[in-house]
Amino acid sequence: MNLHDLLSNCINQACQQVFSTMLGVTLAQGEVSVESATPDANDGVVSLIGLAGTWTGTGSIGCSPMLACRICSQFLMTDVQAVNEEVLDAVAELTNIIVGSVKTDLEEHLGPLGLSIPTVVYGRNFKMRSTKTADWTTLRFDWDGEPLLVRLSIAPTQETVHSRLHAPAHACDAEA
Amino acid sequence: MEPDVLVVDDSAAIRKILQRVLRQTGMAIGAIHEAGDGQEALSILQRVKPGLILTDINMPKMDGLQFLAALKEIESWRDIPVVMITTEGGEAKVGEAVRLGATGYVRKPFTADQIKEKLSGILDPAGTL
Repeated sequence: MNLHDLLSNCINQACQQVFSTMLGVTLAQGEVSVESATPDANDGVVSLIGLAGTWTGTGSIGCSPMLACRICSQFLMTDVQAVNEEVLDAVAELTNIIVGSVKTDLEEHLGPLGLSIPTVVYGRNFKMRSTKTADWTTLRFDWDGEPLLVRLSIAPTQETVHSRLHAPAHACDAEA
Repeated sequence: MEPDVLVVDDSAAIRKILQRVLRQTGMAIGAIHEAGDGQEALSILQRVKPGLILTDINMPKMDGLQFLAALKEIESWRDIPVVMITTEGGEAKVGEAVRLGATGYVRKPFTADQIKEKLSGILDPAGTL
């Protein structure tokens, strides 16, 4: 299994589990793509969270303001119509839980990883740029016609051969 | 007397969800206090002694493990049960929490039933310890 397959499996599993458990929503499998180190310009709400260890990287979730409000409404069982602090906090926490779940799965392959506190951006036509050159594994989920983009970019900090990466291909989908 | 509960998490959304779940347990719980990090939690403990603390691990200023360590250093707070509720599922963080004296551990994402089950071993339906 290569790195992108591993990441996409872990992200798919984490997203489906988190949406089902915390939001009561069944998500279909995400559409996987690999993007260059500089993703396209973004509009809406993007939440970013850092990973650090012998591998370092960034996880992000991006969605429209409408979907961010829906996430918050479902999360808190309340009706939210406009992006406010509560919405940004809900998207940040969703990112924390999803990327945290992915991190726990990845640790079996990549060793211990630390997780930063999430940062949320809300605006138009902004670009994300990482000083790392790793590609982004991107999964596009659909929630009633609104796209949710979950991205992860991670690369080793040392010239180490991580043979465990080529170990069990089913490791990420074994957990119930 | 019904025990108070202190919920410590930097996410207001999670604090709100945990408040709702705690009220749904049917357990006789007193006031629910909220803190956004370990420092704020320690300051609340200066005026309130809860019967239970639920805390996240990854938080700004003072994280959940630092908070747990500080709590266990104070004689009058040492007996308060602390349940960690966190995305951190790695053995290192779980082991550290247990070593520091955490009573229980629930990994995010969680269901209301998982929280109820964890708390039922700590608080009985009457809310006593």
